[in-house]
Amino acid sequence: MMARFLAPRFLALLALCTGVLAIPATAQNGPLRLEITEGVIEPLPFAVPTFVPGSGTSGQVAQDISNLIAADLSGTGLFREIPASAHISRVTSFSSPVQFADWKAVNAQALVTGAVDTDASGRLTVQFRVWDVYSGQELGNGQQFVGTEAGWRRIAHKIADQVYSRITGEGGYFDSRVVYVSETGPKDQRAKRLAIMDYDGANVSYLTDSASLVLAPRFSPTGDRILYTSYESGFPRIYVLDVASVTRRSLPAQDGTMSFAPRFAPNGQTVVYSVESGGNTDIYTMDINSGASQRLTSAPSIETAPSFSPDGRQIVFESDRTGRNQLYVMSAGGGEAQRISSGEGNYGTPVWSPRGDLIAFTKQSKSRFHIGVMRTDGSEERLLTASFLDEGPTWAPNGRVIMFTRETQGATGQAGLYSVDITGRNLRAVTSGGGASDPSWSPLQ
Amino acid sequence: MTFLKTVTLLCAGLALAACTSPDRFGDDAAGLNGGMGAGMGAGMNGSASDPRSPAYFQQTVGDRVLFVIDTYNLTPEGQRTLDGQAQWLTTNRDYNAVIEGHADEQGTREYNLALGARRANSVQEYLIGQGVPASRLRTVSYGKERPIEICSNEACYSQNRRAVTVISVGASS
Repeated sequence: MMARFLAPRFLALLALCTGVLAIPATAQNGPLRLEITEGVIEPLPFAVPTFVPGSGTSGQVAQDISNLIAADLSGTGLFREIPASAHISRVTSFSSPVQFADWKAVNAQALVTGAVDTDASGRLTVQFRVWDVYSGQELGNGQQFVGTEAGWRRIAHKIADQVYSRITGEGGYFDSRVVYVSETGPKDQRAKRLAIMDYDGANVSYLTDSASLVLAPRFSPTGDRILYTSYESGFPRIYVLDVASVTRRSLPAQDGTMSFAPRFAPNGQTVVYSVESGGNTDIYTMDINSGASQRLTSAPSIETAPSFSPDGRQIVFESDRTGRNQLYVMSAGGGEAQRISSGEGNYGTPVWSPRGDLIAFTKQSKSRFHIGVMRTDGSEERLLTASFLDEGPTWAPNGRVIMFTRETQGATGQAGLYSVDITGRNLRAVTSGGGASDPSWSPLQ
Repeated sequence: MTFLKTVTLLCAGLALAACTSPDRFGDDAAGLNGGMGAGMGAGMNGSASDPRSPAYFQQTVGDRVLFVIDTYNLTPEGQRTLDGQAQWLTTNRDYNAVIEGHADEQGTREYNLALGARRANSVQEYLIGQGVPASRLRTVSYGKERPIEICSNEACYSQNRRAVTVISVGASS
C-alpha cells in the first residue's frame, strides 16, 4: 500500500491484508536525470544510508531493506553505490533535514533515505524519499509501502523500482519474478522441472516435479498463469499452470501430433504455438478457453518460436523456408510473412520487446551463439553476447534488460541464467541455486 | 567402420547405459520402457539371443539411424538398418514402435524439437514404405534434450543426431 504524503506527516495510510499493493505514481523528475537510452558508461553514484528503524522494528530488517535497494540499483550497472564506510553523515531521523554537504563530499549524486517500522499486528511500514544531492531537491514525493515483515524483499524491490524510475524516467523491473526450468544431473541424465523465483534469484520454489521433461515456460501478460511444454503424456504437449494454485491442465491437441513453443498473446486469452504433424512444424493460435485453434502458416518448412507484438497485431517467428533459419513477421491472423533478418548465420527464438521497439533473438554463427536485438523491421542488428551456447532471450518488464540461457561446453556442461543490458553492457550471472534454463520474465507485480 | 558397427560394439561393450538411454527416462506412453530401463537384456526386453526379443531388435537389428548435421534424409547405412527393422516388425506383429527423433546440441531448443520430429518422421515413412502398418508406429521428438554422448564435438554430435526405434508391446495388429 502506498500513499503520497505532504511533508512531514503522512496523510493517508490504508490497511492491507496480504502482500503488497502499489498504486502507480507519476514520477516527478527533478534536475537529476540519468538518460539511459544510449547506454551509460559512467554509473551514477548514490547512497542508501540504513533506513531508520522505528521502535517496533529490528535494525536488521531496516538494514536488509536498505541493502537490497542498493543491490537492485547497483545490479543495473547504471548506478554505483557509495558504501556506508565512506558516509560522513549518519541519518538518525527520517524527518530531519538532510545534510547535503556531507553527501556531496562523498560524491553521492542521488540519496535515498527511509524509515522502517512494524506495528503490533506485524505490519511493516517503509517510508522513503529520493534526493538530488546537488540541487538539494527531492525527486518526486515521499512514499510509503506497507506489507508483512516476511514480504520485506518485495517492499525493497518496489522502492528500488521507484528510485530507478524517478532517476531514469523509465519503468523499473525489480519487483518481478522469473519462471524457468531448473536442471539437475549430468548432461545425459538431466532432470528438469519448473521453478519460479524473484528476478534476483531469491525465493526459489518449484512448480512441477522432475518426473516429466518440461520445456520453455512462458508467463501470461499479467503473470497469473504459465504456459509450458511437458512430456507428461509421453509426447510433447502444452500445459497451462495457474501460479497461485499451482494447478495445471493440458491444452487440447490432436493425437499423433506434437505441440510446443507456446506463448500468450497480449490479451492473455490467445496462445500462439507450434504444431508438428507428419514431420512438418507450423504455427497455430488457440483460444485458451474454448480450445478452438487456427492454423496460421502452411509450409513444408519449419515454422516455430512465435511471439506476439505487444499491440497484438503481429507475430514474429523463425522459419527455415530459405534453407537457413531466419526471422519473419506476419499479421496476427497469418498470411504473407516478411523476412526481417538478413545477416549470416541462423536466427531463432525471436521475442518482441514489451516496449514494441525491438526484437530479441538467438543467433548462431560460426559455431558461436549470440543474444541480439534488432528493430522490428530487422534494421540495426546488435549482438549483445557471445558464447558456446546462448539462447532463449526474455525481456525485463521495462524492455531494458534481457535474461537468457547460457550453457557451457563439454561433458560437464551446465546451463545457467544470465542477464545483459540491451546496450550489451552489464552481463551478469543470475543466481538460481543450480542449473537453470529457459527463463521467462514476469510483468511488474 | 560404419556407424552401425560402432553402435553395435558400444552396445556390446562398456557403453550399455548410453545405448539403453531411450528407455531410461521411462516417460513414453508405451508400457515396456520402464522394464527395459531396469536391466539390459533381462525381463520384458528378453534375451538378445532370441530373435523375437526387443533386445535382439535393439542390439542385432540395430534400433537407431544417424543423421548428417542439420539434415533429416536417411543415409544408405540408415536405410539398411531400417530394412532390418521393417523386417523384424513385420515378423513380430505383437510389437509396436515409437520412433524417437533427436538432435545434437548445436541449435535452439525449439528448432531442434522440430528437426528431431523431421528425423523421426523420415524413419516412420521409410518403415511404412517397407510395409509396416502406420497404426503400429508413432513418433516423438526430444530435440536436443536427450543426448547419449556428452562431449561437445563431432564425435558425440554424430551419435546424438539419431532416430531410435523403441519397441513397445502393443495390441496385436
